[in-house]
Amino acid sequence: MAKLIMAYPGKYLVVSALAALLMFAGTPGWAAIERSPATADHTKFKSLKGPFENASEVTEACLECHTEAAGQIKETTHWTWLYQHKETGQTLGKNKVINSFCGMAVTNEPRCTSCHVGYGWKDMNEPPPEADSAVDCLVCHDTTGDYWKFPTLAGDPTYIPREWPKGSGKMVQPPDLPNIAQNVGASGRANCGSCHFYGGGGDGVKHGDLDSSLVSPDRSLDVHMSPDGANFSCSDCHSTWGHSVSGSRYQVNAKDTLGIDIPGHTDLSRASCESCHGPAPHEKEKLNDHVNKVACQTCHVPAFARGGVPTKMWWDWSTAGKLDENSKPITTYDEDGHVSYLSEKGDFRHGENVMPYYAWFDGTVEYTMVDEQFDIDNPPLEINRLDGEPNDPGSRIWPFKLMQGKQPFDTEYKTLLATHVFGADDASLWSNYDWPKALEFASEKSGLPFSGHFDFIETRMYWPITHMVPTADKALRCSSCHTAESRLAGIGGIYMPGHSSSPWLDRVGWLVVALTLAGVVIHALARVVFSRRKQS
Amino acid sequence: MSRVMIFKRFERFWHWFQALLIFSLLLTGFEIHGSYSLLGFGDATRLHTIAAWSLIVLWLFAIFWHITTGEWRQYVPTRDGLFAVMHYYLIGTFTGAKHPYRKTSKAKHNPLQRLAYLFFKLVISPIIWVSGLLYLFYNDWPAVIAGALSLETVALVHTGAAFAMLVFIIAHVYMTTMGHTLTSHIKPMVTGYEDLDEPAEKH
Repeated sequence: MAKLIMAYPGKYLVVSALAALLMFAGTPGWAAIERSPATADHTKFKSLKGPFENASEVTEACLECHTEAAGQIKETTHWTWLYQHKETGQTLGKNKVINSFCGMAVTNEPRCTSCHVGYGWKDMNEPPPEADSAVDCLVCHDTTGDYWKFPTLAGDPTYIPREWPKGSGKMVQPPDLPNIAQNVGASGRANCGSCHFYGGGGDGVKHGDLDSSLVSPDRSLDVHMSPDGANFSCSDCHSTWGHSVSGSRYQVNAKDTLGIDIPGHTDLSRASCESCHGPAPHEKEKLNDHVNKVACQTCHVPAFARGGVPTKMWWDWSTAGKLDENSKPITTYDEDGHVSYLSEKGDFRHGENVMPYYAWFDGTVEYTMVDEQFDIDNPPLEINRLDGEPNDPGSRIWPFKLMQGKQPFDTEYKTLLATHVFGADDASLWSNYDWPKALEFASEKSGLPFSGHFDFIETRMYWPITHMVPTADKALRCSSCHTAESRLAGIGGIYMPGHSSSPWLDRVGWLVVALTLAGVVIHALARVVFSRRKQS
Repeated sequence: MSRVMIFKRFERFWHWFQALLIFSLLLTGFEIHGSYSLLGFGDATRLHTIAAWSLIVLWLFAIFWHITTGEWRQYVPTRDGLFAVMHYYLIGTFTGAKHPYRKTSKAKHNPLQRLAYLFFKLVISPIIWVSGLLYLFYNDWPAVIAGALSLETVALVHTGAAFAMLVFIIAHVYMTTMGHTLTSHIKPMVTGYEDLDEPAEKH
């Protein structure tokens, strides 16, 4: 491209060509951020020498100095799993919402609450345990990588050698708690990732733009998090305030008009691109003309699940429970080696390098709650709905992972159903593959009504895409959208040169051009014919 | 007969540079419109914008030239002889009739040309200019314009005018072949000189 511009002389052009070359060289004057040295060496604290019976005792030791930390944590969504949405009035959070993966956390506690930032939340009908020592400091502050909340222990690591995954023969050893306690530090990517990369039951399953490839990504996967790039931790953007982490999927800041956050001027929450890049970050003015209608992520996250970890795109629960001739559960794989069927979970489709789904979005997400009646005659059901429209100045075009699948609903009450998939009891789906029993149990345990009649309905769910930003040269080209086969085809409400047109204007225009050409050709032919006649 | 300077140096420069720019603009413009894919949308847009600004500058010079030299009078429309010229192109040219218009350096365009060029200058071009600048500065529209216009309207007007420009070019290029030889109309636009029934101007 630079070559083409160079073909046209002029000082301005040479300058802009050089600027373009510099941009595409992709090495602006920045490097991995340096961090201030700590003011405390935790190996020198007596309280951290151990021995510790369990992780709660480590917490007690932490709280001897960090006296307010537990109280702060208990105020956050990370602890309550409740989110009061200011715009919609809905009470959301893991405690309340249903999704299209394993349904609800409720009734699957020891499994789902293994990601609670605490210990021992075994019954979600009750609030999390009250004791300050129930707060889990280590999941966020371990720097050794040896601390791991065991998936079935409601938040605790294992204290005896335990097999995981079940039947694999691999044993997980108890963590060395004194060593971990003496090496605590600021949260890194792997800390947040230990839960957020594995949502939905496995690596990369849920989000599409969050998976274990982000622990140490190269620049082409994520320029901010790459050790060769800015080497950001999650909290460099998801800045915190007394342990409360900024940036919410329920209420996204879809258009940050505050721009660069300067101490004393703004709220210091950096969970938006504009927080650092400002509202007009491009050298090419025409690109800045896009930012009022197009979110940064739309061009700068050209595809998700790019790090070699597939993400789940389709999950059909209705086929779960098939067993082989020996009544053993079945596992099948697709041509890419991704799991395509599990007796426990039904049919899957996975995706890598997935092009996002695009929609107008003002940041507000509304949920179909588990007690809400919906229109069962018109599937698919939208589990969450994106607010926003083309003419709203607060809305922009955003990328999403569109999660689809089928999940159980109550045919009489016309509601979605809580699903009891995990549990040592004999009612859970994964212990006996009996849907009615699992649903009945889920209803009893959660108090959510179930008529006894159920079927499966197709659902869709939108997950905002915002991570996995590669170097700028990997952003979308103009022609990704400005073309007949535009990525944004069907987005509506906007005139996109190169994509939008008026069919009648084109028809009339080209007809007149064709008629003119025909007239010229006929006239020319007539001239030839008549001049020959004259000569002969 | 005498050799007369009919298209001055600036006029020829203006004509050919304008031709080059208009061809570039049509080529890139219809790509931006989505009619085909050649350079890619991004490069097409950049080239289109550069060519548009060049044409605007060229036009400013041309307008200045037309006013200061009085050459604008060449485009004053007249009905006198218009139908004779039209009759010639429709019939006379086949029957071997002579062109009814006698060109002079003071009136070098026949009545049909005057009308066509005036339409080009006062209708097609201004519509393209105004709609094009509105298109280019879409993001900076003041509220008054933003309330009254949409990008779609502007884009459609711009495209419509581009179609008119394309039709003009096709007809114009063809008409240049209708001298007494195929190139006798084109040569003066290259050399500046044409043999006319008038005494040579003194320089």
